[in-house]
Amino acid sequence: MKDFMTGNHAVANAVKLCRTPFIAAYPITPQTAIYEKLSEWEASGLLKGIMMRTESEHSAMAACIAASLTGVRTFTATSSQGLALMHEMLHFAAGCRTPVVMANVNRLLAAPWGFWADQLDSLSQRDTGWIQFYCENGQEALDTVIQAYRIAEQVYLPVMISLEAFFVSHFMEVVDLPEQEQVDRFLPPIDLPHKFDIDKPGFLVPVVSSELYRKYKHMAQGSMDSVKKVAVTMDQEFEKEFGRGYGIVEVVMLEDAEIVLVTAGSITSTTRMVVKDLRKQGHKIGLLKIRLFRPFPVEAARDALRGKTRVAIIDRNISLGSGGIFCQELRAALIHSPDHPLTYSYIAGVGGTDVTPEVIQKIAFDALSRKEPMDAPIWIME
Amino acid sequence: MAFPEQEPNLLRTGHAACAGCGLAIGMKLVLQAMGPRTIAVIVPSCEGAIGGVYPNTSYGVATIHSAFEIAAPTAAGIANALKIQGRDDNQVLAFAGDGGTFDIGLQSLSGATKNNEDIIYVCLDNEAYMNTGIQVSSATPSYAWTGTTPEGNPRRKKNIMEIMAAHYNPYSATATIGFPRDLQQKIAKAKSIRGTKFIHMLVPCPTGWKAPSDISPELSILAVETRVFPLYEVEDGKRYTINREPRGLPVQEYLLKQGRFKHLREEQIRQIQTDVDEEWERLKQRAGRSTPRDRR
Repeated sequence: MKDFMTGNHAVANAVKLCRTPFIAAYPITPQTAIYEKLSEWEASGLLKGIMMRTESEHSAMAACIAASLTGVRTFTATSSQGLALMHEMLHFAAGCRTPVVMANVNRLLAAPWGFWADQLDSLSQRDTGWIQFYCENGQEALDTVIQAYRIAEQVYLPVMISLEAFFVSHFMEVVDLPEQEQVDRFLPPIDLPHKFDIDKPGFLVPVVSSELYRKYKHMAQGSMDSVKKVAVTMDQEFEKEFGRGYGIVEVVMLEDAEIVLVTAGSITSTTRMVVKDLRKQGHKIGLLKIRLFRPFPVEAARDALRGKTRVAIIDRNISLGSGGIFCQELRAALIHSPDHPLTYSYIAGVGGTDVTPEVIQKIAFDALSRKEPMDAPIWIME
Repeated sequence: MAFPEQEPNLLRTGHAACAGCGLAIGMKLVLQAMGPRTIAVIVPSCEGAIGGVYPNTSYGVATIHSAFEIAAPTAAGIANALKIQGRDDNQVLAFAGDGGTFDIGLQSLSGATKNNEDIIYVCLDNEAYMNTGIQVSSATPSYAWTGTTPEGNPRRKKNIMEIMAAHYNPYSATATIGFPRDLQQKIAKAKSIRGTKFIHMLVPCPTGWKAPSDISPELSILAVETRVFPLYEVEDGKRYTINREPRGLPVQEYLLKQGRFKHLREEQIRQIQTDVDEEWERLKQRAGRSTPRDRR
């Protein structure tokens, strides 16, 4: 059923369709519409369950972990400062192997203050053991929430779905809302083997020896790795049921591309247009979208870029002292590929600055014009 | 009200507490009163350490060891999930130390209490960060020696019962190991109430208080009888009931049995006595005509 709504409301609708009965959250711009919509439905009984209106994001994640371990499906949403405040509990959630699903609205981190789109908040959490998806638009965010529960409840790792502040969270678009029966077919009820059982009491999260900690991390890494295949399978099943699929990466006009632009999130949408336009002008240009960031789709990215000579990665983030984070990860993924391409790192959109078609064209031509490799990131301002 | 002594010991022997640990006695009494069908939340604190290392645990009920500052929202998350599952006939119990309640856990406790989450929260108060050595917390009493206040604590102990009363939660009570029946009756009462129940439990610590390891119950009794730690209940943040009329022994009888106070000068002891007397008067006023109920 088609409707017209913001990315935030698309996410809220997905949570309701997934019959998620437990939500714990705290307001932060620009996530608040997700929290408010879910509160409205919980208060009216349209969302059957319990909403914990916690006093902080740290407590919200604590409550989600505890509820998840009791055996119910859980959800929270946050952004920026709130995600940063949750940091300790993000590690805890992954370590406990809970299938918590969270929407993060990518917003810049203070200081200084601002509310605009920037990927650093979620990327800063890339070591916490959470599966991470980056969504281009509201439809994708909605669909990815549904897929996320399937994936999380299979591999027992939490999933973070990122959508950019305002560009996705607040833009209104036509969204196809799945029918409840379709989602019920796709998403069976949660069944957590390691949940609390008052009849067979155990001790959750003990102090362990070094060797045992190492073993748990090794096991978790195995589960994380399996997500590269699991996410693809779930996406294919999703496409069969709902008619839409995304892949863990997506390639556009890559076949004879002399330059490939690599993007994530809403910048991908603008880049699609630029690639079409530049192709019309005779430039051999293509696009690689990274949708799954954790685990990093090493094999998929390497395969997509095989034989390519020049790649320009656009990062809406900067890890000070290093560079754009998608670029770092991609360069590491390409290190063993024979004749791997020249990679140029572009920083655009940091702090929510607008990444227009002109900016992207500038990036493409800048990358095409370079003769020497360049380690440092190249900042493109308007 | 009698509790069967044959009830399995839900804090199993072989745990790692110090000899004479008041906290271990407190936990044992609480768990006994709660019964085996309990879910307990514990956090880093002496309670986290005494549980032992995998594959052993001294806790005989379903337990989760969560992060330091989140006993309350963890317990609330479990309680709400059980409600969703239609299994909320068993109460969820949260244990935290004084650090995890008065300091780092205060915000999340307040958050859970303002929502009247259905949990029983027991603060095991040994008056400092004992698990990490002996460092001052906002539950440390005036002039006490700790590792981070080696000249004596210059601040007064926070009044956590007043902080909780300001939330208008249905039930709060003080308790201590020297009065086990009173303690267990309060747990039983908490079990019968819905909403956030808070128990402030004084648990002597021979190691941190620098006292002999065989007098923890005696110290606990003296704390009550000197009015340093009165036994009382607060309902809905408004109705105060004093449970025991203390004998009103001079504070020295309590203080000077503990090495952490042995450096106290005369004027400091006098100050403590003044503070204790003032607080006792305020408590009596709040209780209206105090109704001492000695159920020993």
